[in-house]
Amino acid sequence: MARRRDVPWFASAVLGALVLTAVLAPFLAPHDPTAGDITTKLIPPVWMERGSWDHPLGTDRFGRDVLSRIIYGSRISLLVSLIAIGVAGTFGTTLGLISGYRGGLTDAVLMRLTDIGLSMPTILIAVVMVAVSEPSFRNVVLVIALLLWPRFTRQIRGETLAVKEQDFVALAVVAGRSSAWIISRHIFPNVVPTLLVISTLQVGYVILLEGTLSFLGVGVPPPNPAWGLMIADGRGFLATAWWISLFPGLAMVLTVLAVNLMGDWLRDHLDPKLRQLGSRATVLEAPTSATLGTAVEEAPIRAGAGGSGG
Amino acid sequence: MGRYLIGRVLQTVLSMLVVISIVFFLTRLSGNPVNLLLDVNATQRDHEILMHHLGLDQPLPVQYAIYVKNILVGDFGTSVLTRRPVTEHIWERLPATAELGFVAMFLSVLIGVPLGMYSAVRRGGMLDSGARVFAVLGQSMPPFWLGLMLILFFGVVLGVLPAGGRGGPLHLILPALTLGYFTSAAILRLTRSAMLEVLGSDYIKFARLKGLHEQVVLWKHGLKNALLPVVTFAVMLFVQFLGGAVVTETVFAWPGLGRLILESITTRDYPIVQAGVLVLSALYLTGNLFVDMLYSYLNPKIRHARA
Repeated sequence: MARRRDVPWFASAVLGALVLTAVLAPFLAPHDPTAGDITTKLIPPVWMERGSWDHPLGTDRFGRDVLSRIIYGSRISLLVSLIAIGVAGTFGTTLGLISGYRGGLTDAVLMRLTDIGLSMPTILIAVVMVAVSEPSFRNVVLVIALLLWPRFTRQIRGETLAVKEQDFVALAVVAGRSSAWIISRHIFPNVVPTLLVISTLQVGYVILLEGTLSFLGVGVPPPNPAWGLMIADGRGFLATAWWISLFPGLAMVLTVLAVNLMGDWLRDHLDPKLRQLGSRATVLEAPTSATLGTAVEEAPIRAGAGGSGG
Repeated sequence: MGRYLIGRVLQTVLSMLVVISIVFFLTRLSGNPVNLLLDVNATQRDHEILMHHLGLDQPLPVQYAIYVKNILVGDFGTSVLTRRPVTEHIWERLPATAELGFVAMFLSVLIGVPLGMYSAVRRGGMLDSGARVFAVLGQSMPPFWLGLMLILFFGVVLGVLPAGGRGGPLHLILPALTLGYFTSAAILRLTRSAMLEVLGSDYIKFARLKGLHEQVVLWKHGLKNALLPVVTFAVMLFVQFLGGAVVTETVFAWPGLGRLILESITTRDYPIVQAGVLVLSALYLTGNLFVDMLYSYLNPKIRHARA
């Protein structure tokens, strides 16, 4: 446990580098990520026989530079996560605050809605939704946000219930403050640490979900350099040009790994309630930030609900 | 107990209704299916006849009611492409999905339980650290990429395993590993923590004091008691494999239900998409319901924890 309290240098370094890469993409990328040139197609990485420093990680079947596409692709992964989590977080948190603070019928209805939202086979619904509504950046973000909000609502509601019992809230009520005022001034600031932890833990999940959608051809449309799309591009060339699929996948693993480690660390440091759950919460975290084509991510919520009381 | 169960069943029914409605509105949003069914030479009159035949000239609420009624009686219509009943297509593909899910679950348990057990017994040791890395990686790896890398290594470089398709047992290994990797990591961590808890208990200390052989203590007294959460988790995984093997099936050209849905999306064969999504969702939701019931039956503590 002592090691967990150390600063997560690996995660910080990777995430720092990633953000810099995304912001500085035009200066870092050696080539235009979408400009192909068939005279340079399927060039292997630099350390292989026909490789050259002009294309350090090789080129794809259209002669596009793999490194440049990975660099620009970081923008897509980050933007999709930021916007989807921003939208879902705002919506989910608002509902969670209202649900927890108001209680009664509002709470009952909102919680049943959340249960239903959490019980959906996520990937399946996402695939069909995006496919039918034409794949585009906006639709991918919207669908992911739509599937994500209940995760925020459930946890923020729990936190709100706890904060509501505090003396300063009772005092504010006595002082005649409005519900909206109390929620925004007293409750919300106290749930921010939890919000931050949930958001971080969802980033990895969103990146994988976006990757999955792009891979299946129902995500961000080509010729955008989305990592999932690049991996799919290389499918037919595994035997001859494995680098097309390998490198974007590595970028994805590294990113998601860093985000997950950061999320774990934040949870251990910022969220005293989750920390108290101790070993059980740690075990069950595996599914939380997770992925898999299946909706395995449902597991922690259910198992977690059982575990925390058991 | 009764109240909890009724609530849980009700919730499942509601969830299913939501899925049904989402699918209804999505398919209505996607344009008029008549344009897909008729060829370009069809007249306005042909359009009207077919619209009437399909009930598309009715008001939306009526269409919705007809649609729900058809689902309830198991009538999913016919495929736009093959003109065969959709249910036939579904039945053809279901065994492949179930087979893959079953093997993947088996593999996850086979890898996850012993590894988890031994990393609990030798806490902090080499195996424990290795298992941690295995689990953390499992959380972070996109399954479709893992699948491709497995194909690259075992199929292309070593050439020892087939890269796709359904056939003998060899064909199952790579897709089952891909599908099972993440879950074996999850099972590993679950077994580890359950085992740690059990190993700290009095009856294990007592069993050791009695002088029982360490293996007997671990397997019989330890694992047996640690297994409850693991077993329910494994059952749940199986259900979810059924519900979402879309990705793995695509990577390995596995002729299952998930792939059928994806293929039908590309060919715009919406009756199949519709039915496929409904069948998988129904399996998924009732499976989860079943697991929850099993869990609360086995462990009464749980139902009181879900306020």
